[in-house]
Amino acid sequence: MKSEPKVRASLPEGLSVDSLRDMYYQMVLTRLADDRAFALNRQGKIPFAATCQGHEAAQVGAAFALKRGVDWVVPYYRDTALAMAYGVTPREQLMCLFARKDDVFSSGRQFPNHYSVPHCNIASISSIIAAHVTHGVGMALAFKMRKQPVVTLITFGEGSTSEGEWHEAMNFAGIHKVPAVFMCENNEFAISVPQKLQMAIANVADRAVGYGIPGIICDGTDPVATYLTIHEAVERARRGEGPTLVEAKVYRAMSHTSDDNQLTYRTAEEVEALKARDPIPRFEAWLKDRGLIDDATISALKKKAQAAVDEATDWAEAQPPPTEADLYTHVYGSGPLS
Amino acid sequence: MPQLGETVTEGTVGRWLKKVGDTVAKYEPLLEVETDKVASEIPSPFAGTLTKIVAEEGTTVPVGSAVCEISETVTDASAPRQEQPATTSMPPTPSAPERVAPVDRSTAATTAADGVRYSPAVRKLAREHRLDLRNLSGTGRGGRLTAKDVLQHVGSGGQVATAPPAQQRQPAAAVAAPEDGDTSMRVTQMRKTIAEHMVLSKTTIPHAWSLVEADVTGLVRWREREKEAFKAREGVNLTFLPIVVVCVCGALREFPTVNATWAGDRIIVRKHINVGIAVDIEEGLVVPVVRDADQLSLSGLARKIVDLVEKARARKLTMEDMSDGTITVDNTGALGSIASYPIISPPQAAIITMEAIVKRPWVINDAIAIRSIMNVCLSLDHRVLDGSVASRFLQSVKQRLETYSAQS
Amino acid sequence: MAVKTVLESVRDAMHSEMVRDPRVFIMGEDVGPRGNVFLITKGFLEEFGRERVIDTPLAEASIVGVAVGAAIAGMRPIAEIQFADFIYPAYNQIVGEAAKIRYRSAGGNTCPLVIRTPYGGGVRGALSHSVSVEALFYHVPGLKICAPSTPVDAQGLLVSAIRDEDPVLFLEHKRTYRLIKGEVPEGDFSVPIGKADVARVGTDLSVITYGLMRHYAVEAAEKLATEGVNAEVIDLRSIRPMDRQTILDSVTKTRRALIVHEDQKFGGIGAEVSAIIAEEALFELDAPIRRVCGPDVPSMGYAKEYEEAFMPSSERIGAAMRELAAY
Repeated sequence: MKSEPKVRASLPEGLSVDSLRDMYYQMVLTRLADDRAFALNRQGKIPFAATCQGHEAAQVGAAFALKRGVDWVVPYYRDTALAMAYGVTPREQLMCLFARKDDVFSSGRQFPNHYSVPHCNIASISSIIAAHVTHGVGMALAFKMRKQPVVTLITFGEGSTSEGEWHEAMNFAGIHKVPAVFMCENNEFAISVPQKLQMAIANVADRAVGYGIPGIICDGTDPVATYLTIHEAVERARRGEGPTLVEAKVYRAMSHTSDDNQLTYRTAEEVEALKARDPIPRFEAWLKDRGLIDDATISALKKKAQAAVDEATDWAEAQPPPTEADLYTHVYGSGPLS
Repeated sequence: MPQLGETVTEGTVGRWLKKVGDTVAKYEPLLEVETDKVASEIPSPFAGTLTKIVAEEGTTVPVGSAVCEISETVTDASAPRQEQPATTSMPPTPSAPERVAPVDRSTAATTAADGVRYSPAVRKLAREHRLDLRNLSGTGRGGRLTAKDVLQHVGSGGQVATAPPAQQRQPAAAVAAPEDGDTSMRVTQMRKTIAEHMVLSKTTIPHAWSLVEADVTGLVRWREREKEAFKAREGVNLTFLPIVVVCVCGALREFPTVNATWAGDRIIVRKHINVGIAVDIEEGLVVPVVRDADQLSLSGLARKIVDLVEKARARKLTMEDMSDGTITVDNTGALGSIASYPIISPPQAAIITMEAIVKRPWVINDAIAIRSIMNVCLSLDHRVLDGSVASRFLQSVKQRLETYSAQS
Repeated sequence: MAVKTVLESVRDAMHSEMVRDPRVFIMGEDVGPRGNVFLITKGFLEEFGRERVIDTPLAEASIVGVAVGAAIAGMRPIAEIQFADFIYPAYNQIVGEAAKIRYRSAGGNTCPLVIRTPYGGGVRGALSHSVSVEALFYHVPGLKICAPSTPVDAQGLLVSAIRDEDPVLFLEHKRTYRLIKGEVPEGDFSVPIGKADVARVGTDLSVITYGLMRHYAVEAAEKLATEGVNAEVIDLRSIRPMDRQTILDSVTKTRRALIVHEDQKFGGIGAEVSAIIAEEALFELDAPIRRVCGPDVPSMGYAKEYEEAFMPSSERIGAAMRELAAY
């Protein structure tokens, strides 16, 4: 029963066999890039790393639900898979880890994963939690004013929803029915603080009613489920029917960052139990069940991803760092300093 | 005049309650004052004798200005006053110290004989004009010497302004004067002209300075190879000076704004390149000019320079020989200097020096070699040029010097 | 040339830029049918429609934050904070976000945004409608700050601010709105950001100021001229970038510097101006640098006496000028 292949007609709407395999590849690629980031940190080669392990399915599902080259993403710092699935290359990713001069996100100025990739329609973010949510709303407002069929996907963790600015952004978006999709990647922890100390409700999606917009929950460890949910919300926004708050239930496999030790606030057993939710083996099984991928292809894709990450690491490490002179660029458009 | 109210700036004397010669007790009403806000009796801040009324009844004076003078009474024998003549350095004082009401403690401090303080601007002006400030009197608060006082003094040909009593107490010997064993030298007209020219330059031109090191090993070898043939062919020695002038002219054609003059509302970029050559003679420095130096060949330059130097030594330079320079080249290295900060000759915008050629360990391709190095220094008028042009100009001079080689 | 108030000049600058450039739009509290609380945007809603004249919720962080997003997406938003006293909730968006977007993305994103806000006292605005906020922002690289005082500068600088590629905090002294009138050229013109205005030429001392205080300083200078003191008055107009050269040129000429601002003294704009002069023109100074500023209390009070005691007056400025000239 398990090995019986499904017919093409049962493929999720809008996803081909190739795109499903590509989703799988992006998840694997991100996982390897994340592992590399931690390894480089532990080698002392980079000062800081934050991974998205446990979030890959939600992020890749969301990226594939957007119109690439048209829609915009305003991510947060845990969105490695979203960024890579939306066009960031392994080399670009490794350059930000090494803080190289030619790092396209920030020229080595920001922490890793603080994306600004204009050529991929990914906007600049800071580390200030939820500060970017109003920006996403403003971008969506701009697209609406210009009558462009462009949707903005804005992502954040459940901790962000405690911020006043998050509330202000949602409120504005609801009033003006801007073409935005809000995706909360709820991994139950804001660094060490569990969800129950962030909010007195079980689901972030419940907050949507306060803004007069739909709030929908999806399994964020299932890329197809997330794809379908986000895709529906994106197309709703594109039709001018306003924003949607999607809560993708995910988990955080690792500590908050390379500077954190999660065993100070959750047990080893809890951490071990999370492994059962790993989206990559689950999606692999899902694809195989439907005859959409075989072991040889899986092996080839993993090899290809590993080669890409290895090549990108060596290449990025060899790139020049910024110089003191680079400190003074891009302060003002009209000139360096006051 | 005391300040009666926050926004009050002046007061009108209503009525004097005491007349000159009266004794007044501390806090005893002295006069009545009317301001925009209040009319008030002013109690005396001192006990003593009213010696002078400065502001007559009906006059309006600014807050803080003197309205009268009171000769303070020494009343308490058990507490001798500090103001009693005690030190010999103080000139004789009137029987009792005079004070002006109301007293301003900070003013009192600045007029004290134990140390006059000058503002940075006054100190700077004093340095520039070589003034002994002790001879000058001030019109600032409490007789403070202001920058305007100094400038007025300089403008009036250095005459000492009428000093108020406090300043006249200064000993006359304070002027710079030779002491035993010192000798005085007459200031020659030439010395005076140079002095004036240099002061004019340093007070009006904001000088900026830069230095490059040129590896002239190739040039030294080239000259070594050429000099005998040159002497035979041209009749004059082949020195480094005309070669430097050639390089400077080439660089000036590349950066014409260095060959310029600040003219207040505009900058005049000179068409002709007239290079002044500093020549040291006994009386001082003279700077004859090689006109259109960029039009001359190396041999032409060498001959012209020799000609001008000979005229200078023979005291035969004409005004025409000395005028219309647009830039100056100074061979400071001839006397062994390796770095100079030359003063620009107004109205030029730049002066360049060639320093002594010295052999130095020099890094070439990460190996150390013994090379002949010449420093080239540039002072420029920062009003005309910024460092970027100056640096590129100097680099150009350097590169030109470094293109010479034994093979060229 | 037409004679206008500062308020009319602000209105005309926004109006002409909205006509000229469809990317320009206004968002803020009560900017719609009410036409802003000072009636600056009166008629804008009817002319430009609710898409370009947006009445926002009472939420300053999102007024600026949404405007930042729109700017990143290529619009030219003018975000209005109703009173400068209300700007604090938006501080993160201005300082932490807008000012850093160009820098943090190495030029990948830019934030051409204007944040307009009325500030200052003298209108019985009490504790929370009177503050000056410039010192809280001028420390921040990446942000530009204008504080014009005259109709021509208000209009010309606002046009420049709207056309600028970077975020500009545009401070309008509310006392000048209707009090100050002046001639303004017809047609398209602008005043460059970062250039001071020599409001009065003089030789005896330099008064460096901005905003409402420019007018008080000029008034005081005219009075002093009758006493033989000839003061120069520099109106900074832009607080950042600051026109160091005009300050230094003036102080080099007069050798005496008095800095006047309504904002509190400690750490105010005058502190930086003093430092510039001390660092670069110490040896031109013939007297200590002096400041006439608001006192270091949290704000001016509602009572007339509090307000008068807080705000430098033409008389207080004049007294300080007289004292400095006589030093």
